[in-house]
Amino acid sequence: MSGGEPLLSIRDLAVEFRTEDGVVHAVDGISYDVLPGETLGIVGESGSGKSVSTMALLGLIPQPPGRIVSGTAMFKGIDLLKMGRKELRRFRGDEVAMVFQDPMTSLNPVLKVGYQLGEAIKTHYPKESDDTVAKRVIGLLRLVGVPNPDVRANQYPHEFSGGMRQRAMIAMSIANSPSLLIADEPTTALDVTIQAQVLEVLKTVQEETQAATILITHDLGIVAEMCERVIVMYAGRIVEAGDVHTIFRAPRHPYTIGLMDSLPKLTEDEEWLRPIPGSPPSLINRPPGCAFHPRCFLTQGRPRCREEVPELREAEGTGHRAACHFSDELVGHQSKFSEPAAV
Amino acid sequence: MTEPTTSIDVAPPAALVDGIPAGIQLDSIAAQGLELKARSQWSYARRRFLRHKLAMIGLFGLVVIFGAGAAANYVAPYTFDQIDLTNVLHAPSSVGHHFFGTDEIGRDYLSRVIYGIRTSEQVGLVVAVVSSIFGLIFGAIAGYYRGWVDNLMMRVTDLVLTLPVLVTLLTVAALLGGGSQWTITFILVGFFWTPIARVVRGVFLSLREKEYVEAARAVGAGDFRIMFRHMLPNTLGPVIVNGTLAVADAIITEAFLSFLGEGIKPPTPSLGSLVAGGQQYPQKWWLSVLPGLVLVLIVICVNFVGDGLRDALDPQQRRVRA
Amino acid sequence: MVSYITRRILYSIPVLVASSFISFVFVSLAGDPLANLRANPRTNSPQILNHLKHVYHLDQSVFVRYWYWVESVFTQKLGVSLLTSQPIWPDITRALGHTLQIVLLAQVIALFLGVAVGIFSAIRQYSVFDYTFTTVSFLGYAMPTFWLALILQIIFVDIYLKWHVRIFYTSGLNSGVISSTWSLDRLQHIALPVITLTVVSFALYSRYMRASMLDVINSDYVRTARAKGLPERLVIFRHVFRNALIPIVTVSALQFGALLGGAIVTETIFTLDGMGYYFLNRLQASDVYAVMAYLMIVAISVITFNLIADVLYGFLDPRIRYD
Repeated sequence: MSGGEPLLSIRDLAVEFRTEDGVVHAVDGISYDVLPGETLGIVGESGSGKSVSTMALLGLIPQPPGRIVSGTAMFKGIDLLKMGRKELRRFRGDEVAMVFQDPMTSLNPVLKVGYQLGEAIKTHYPKESDDTVAKRVIGLLRLVGVPNPDVRANQYPHEFSGGMRQRAMIAMSIANSPSLLIADEPTTALDVTIQAQVLEVLKTVQEETQAATILITHDLGIVAEMCERVIVMYAGRIVEAGDVHTIFRAPRHPYTIGLMDSLPKLTEDEEWLRPIPGSPPSLINRPPGCAFHPRCFLTQGRPRCREEVPELREAEGTGHRAACHFSDELVGHQSKFSEPAAV
Repeated sequence: MTEPTTSIDVAPPAALVDGIPAGIQLDSIAAQGLELKARSQWSYARRRFLRHKLAMIGLFGLVVIFGAGAAANYVAPYTFDQIDLTNVLHAPSSVGHHFFGTDEIGRDYLSRVIYGIRTSEQVGLVVAVVSSIFGLIFGAIAGYYRGWVDNLMMRVTDLVLTLPVLVTLLTVAALLGGGSQWTITFILVGFFWTPIARVVRGVFLSLREKEYVEAARAVGAGDFRIMFRHMLPNTLGPVIVNGTLAVADAIITEAFLSFLGEGIKPPTPSLGSLVAGGQQYPQKWWLSVLPGLVLVLIVICVNFVGDGLRDALDPQQRRVRA
Repeated sequence: MVSYITRRILYSIPVLVASSFISFVFVSLAGDPLANLRANPRTNSPQILNHLKHVYHLDQSVFVRYWYWVESVFTQKLGVSLLTSQPIWPDITRALGHTLQIVLLAQVIALFLGVAVGIFSAIRQYSVFDYTFTTVSFLGYAMPTFWLALILQIIFVDIYLKWHVRIFYTSGLNSGVISSTWSLDRLQHIALPVITLTVVSFALYSRYMRASMLDVINSDYVRTARAKGLPERLVIFRHVFRNALIPIVTVSALQFGALLGGAIVTETIFTLDGMGYYFLNRLQASDVYAVMAYLMIVAISVITFNLIADVLYGFLDPRIRYD
């Protein structure tokens, strides 16, 4: 399924926003790859830069007040960040598609659902006959599990439930069989039971199209279920990156450990929940050095954390990378989620 | 595992208990020189308002104009009824301080305009404040209790909307005698409360179903407490904006009525009647144009301030999602 | 939908009745129809006055008089004017026609310009165009109509006096001869009032349109449309425009209904034989029946256009379905 030349290769991407309170450094020099057909998770709190980094790819960041400061994003040999608006449009919805968070407001309320799906197809393939498009729309709706797709296609968004709308959005995104699908917190706005259904739909869709997927979420459970590799972001930087199994078993960054520890484990008794102390940093006045140090249990006040931004490098014995000066001290630390037997 | 003392204390991962301090103190965060500024909603609004350039210009303009009106007795070079038949219908000039010229019986026009401003601002402010308060209470009751109370109150509102201002004005004027400033103010209040009542009712209707209202009720809070502590603060934004714009509206309506001769009657000067008086002498442009210009300026300034308030109190946050 | 409309109409009847009654009471109390006659020494003899009092039912209670009025509405087509002793219907319909022409022209122009300017302002937000037109519409909005009308009048009187050329007439509907509705003479006469009314409405519409467009442009479904790869042109016209237009349509319907009462001030300044002028004259003469006729027409117009606005809204926005 995965392996080989990366489909998408991002290097040193930096995005900032000018606001009345100052310049917000939303993304501060991140680099990662996406291999064809794989599912990559991006995890982080709100404000970590996870959505901005992908919206920058598609040129969806409003350029004032936003600004892509630096970086390249090589997709099939072309730098998306350097492309003009017209050319970028050819990719949007065709090769690279995006599913957004809030299904309630992501569909135009005055147009029929079938029409909006058809629009996605006709924009890129205007020569297709109306009949073909209609059939494909119904087929797509059926694929994502919308019952009575032929009737539903003629309805308006407000006649769909939240979960169905998200399915329709997913259908719309894969209408042109994209090579890369970006799903930005697709289930956050939905009930837990619907979440499970929508994730199933995503899996089905992936199997059908063999598309690579970037799944952005703050929910580690979703990452565990859906992703092969994962990137953890904090304050606009990548703090840990690697494949899902090793990261879950042996996290090497205090933030990742904190994230996992804050989840209650259903199979054991715990007296207290363990949140990460403090609050997310201001992106205008980011803490100097390692952005996480004010909340970190590993720092022990050591000046290096305050002075030097840690590099994302190979963490010993795991095969994944972490950005912590003292990640070696975490060797031997088993996370909550490690399997009891030796791996 | 250490007992959490405050919510800041946190147990570290089991494997690291030795040699690691048991908790993170807030001091260390402060020690890093990082700011944690908690700002209340009102101070945010105040900051945004003060930064709004047009609103500041408008505010300045209003202070000047309304200030002149309020201090009319000190600011005006003459009284508004000082007749000087030797100086009739002079164009504006600096001779004798007649910066706005004189009218057909020699009264200094600048003074008349200033006194006219005073009348207008009194009417405008009183109408705005009183109708806001009344509309607020009315709309709150209608929106909170719903049912037949709401229905009845809304029909009353509709009724008021269909009544023509002019007719009602004339009737009340005839009944109470004369077109005094306060009669007009009274009538205008009677018409101006309706839009505020509608807005407040709308807000209350939507807030009624919110969870925190249910929670307050579950804790046993009485109706009044819920209405005042929980729901009313949410209406203050639109009410303040509406009230501010109502000042301009009231002033214009009064001017319009006085222009038609049915508003505030002489000798009390009103900007509207000044403009009307000037109609008879179209060549003496200053008689009509100048008071009208003052009116325009007042309305523009009030609208600037209202816009600024709307921006400040109605947070439309641009979403910058990470 | 039909049942909704029927319900609304039925609903408005009691409101109309109550409103007409209150208005009748107010108008009757506000003045004395015989005031002119009393003042004139040739007509103020007690016999004449008492006779007229009887004929006009002025010696009876307000309720009875109200009833007589209601009767005359249905039997005499809104009744006979106390002032002129002429039937009201032809006069008022003539006035209505004139007002209609002016208001229709002004609204159409204002809507067209306002929507266009609003759209461009929103698309090119913060540009020179935007700032200029925002300021212009702001000024237009702030200007009291009577002042604008007066200034226009002064300017064009001045032009005539200085250069002896009449571009636009400053009073009346025609120059002496009753002109046909769309003749050049008529158009020259109504040009200034139309301009006056257009300015204020234009300001209103362009502000609304701009605000509405900005609101929609920043919504999630527009982001979705862009993410699909739609060219910006289509994003604006197919997605943004349709949604942004909805509030404008309803506002303009409401405006139209309200304006049919005639812009009293504008008509007075330009001496136009329209609804507003009619109303003011009859009111000052305490011509009760004529004033009531005017009020009823205005009330019905307002109610009708409110209903039209709501129906249009339901038609354009599929989320609103009246059942």
